[in-house]
Parts: sequence; C-alpha cells; structure tokens
Amino acid sequence: MHLAIASPTTTWYLVLASLLFAIGAVGVLVRRNPLVLFMCIELMLNAVNLTFVALARKLGDIGGQTTVFFVMVVAAAEVVVGLGIIVSILRRRPAATADDIAELKG
Amino acid sequence: MQLFVFVCAAAMILVGAIGVIVRSHPVHAALSLILTLFGVAVLFVAQDAHFLAAVQVVVYAGAIVVLFLFVIMLLGVDKAEALRVDPVKVQRPLAAIVGLGLFGLIAGAIVRSRDSLVVRGHGIDIASGDGGHDSNIRQLANDLFSNHVFAFELTSVLLVIAVVGTVLLARRPRSSSASDTSAGSK
Repeated sequence: MHLAIASPTTTWYLVLASLLFAIGAVGVLVRRNPLVLFMCIELMLNAVNLTFVALARKLGDIGGQTTVFFVMVVAAAEVVVGLGIIVSILRRRPAATADDIAELKG
Repeated sequence: MQLFVFVCAAAMILVGAIGVIVRSHPVHAALSLILTLFGVAVLFVAQDAHFLAAVQVVVYAGAIVVLFLFVIMLLGVDKAEALRVDPVKVQRPLAAIVGLGLFGLIAGAIVRSRDSLVVRGHGIDIASGDGGHDSNIRQLANDLFSNHVFAFELTSVLLVIAVVGTVLLARRPRSSSASDTSAGSK
C-alpha cells in the first residue's frame, strides 16, 4: 500500500473530545427539558473521560484510567440524585421546564 | 485500520451528540445518547482501556440510559418539546457563539501544547503484551486498590447516600391525612 495513511494521534482524540464537550455545553444552553439537560451533562462528562483515557495512553500513566473509573461512579450517583429531584418536581407540575424551576426561589 | 476505527467512532459520537441536542423528543434524545456512549466505548478500546470500555457499555449505555428512559416513561413526559419557538430572543445565536468559542479555545490550547506531552508514567499494559489477557484490569486494580483505596471506599459511601436520598426524594406521600408523618417527602 503506497498510500500513506496517518494513524490517529492523541491530538485527534483531544480535539474530538473538545468538540463533544462544546456540543454538550450548547445543549445545556439551548434545551429546556430537564431530562435532556441531564443528557447533555452526560455528553460533557464523556468528553472529559475521553480526554483522560487518551492522555493516560499518551503519558503512559494508569492514573488517568483510575480517574475515569471514579468519574463514572460519581456520574452514576449524580444521575440517580438528579433524576430523583426531577421526578419529584415533574410529578407535581408535569409540564415544567428548566425556566419554571426558577420559581423555586423564595 | 486504526484510522478507520477512529473515523467511524468519531462519526458515531458526533451524530449521537448532535442528535441529543436537536431531537425534540426526549426518547429520541436518549437513544442518540446511546450512540454517543457506544462510540466513546469504541475509542476506549482503541486507547487500550478495555476494562473502562466494558464499564462504559454496562454502566452508561446499560444502566444510566435505561434510567433515563424509565423516568421518561414513568412521568409521561414523552411528548415533543416545541423547539421552533425561541423563548429568549438571542439565546440560540449566543449559545452557538459560546459553543464555537469554547471549542476554538480548547482546540487551540490542545494544538499549541501538543509538543509538551512527554511520557512520565510506567506505561499501560495492553492485552497482547506479556501480561496475559487481563493485564489492563490487573494494572488498573493494582493502582485502584493501592494508591486510591480510601477514595474507593468513599465511593461506596457516596453510592449508599445517593440511593437512600433518592428513595426519600422520589417517595410518594402515603396519603394526604398521613402526610405529617412522612418526613423527608417534602
């Protein structure tokens, strides 16, 4: 094969992760359904995880993968608590959006 | 081959991510999220993080997205959000500017600092090495249970607190007459 095919370097992974993070941030800014807001937060968490794993490979340090493990555990706990709060809000007001939750302030 | 895997996984990730933020139906957004999570799992395998790829599929695509879908079905909020109307006039253009600026800044920082990445660890064992099939899991476990064992134990406390707190938050009050005895359900 005379065609020189570039192998993806760490920079490609990091740029892809930054693009995923930016998409998640835009989603948090434009969406109003609280469930979809949580999904966009998951997108940003996955972008950070991808960065950690790519840099763990590049730097030869297993600590990056350990950090991703902890991030996954904390993300699971965060989703559980957040969905509990969303369930208790949406049960009283089924059509609530993220703008309506501002009425919680006293 | 690596380039092919990377391009396919990147396409999965970006299509899924854009699907999450443009689909007006929450169920479609959750299914697009699964696509993104699988793409990230493929890239984890490509970066020699086999255990994390398995955890990504099991925990994220399995548990968390099923939890999202379960809440969507339970609450009956599976109706399309009116995305045509823009509640705040300049919200979407400003969000696009913020997103592009964020991506530009991060990508610029990455490209500028790519030469300063030097190997400083002991290397990551890969499955085809001399450590056998489970060398990645073994290396991860050695690091987790020796250097981070206290944080690992704390995560168990965190998970118990999250589960108990969620049960208290989402519990339905027993009845209106007995609502004064159900503490914590406010």
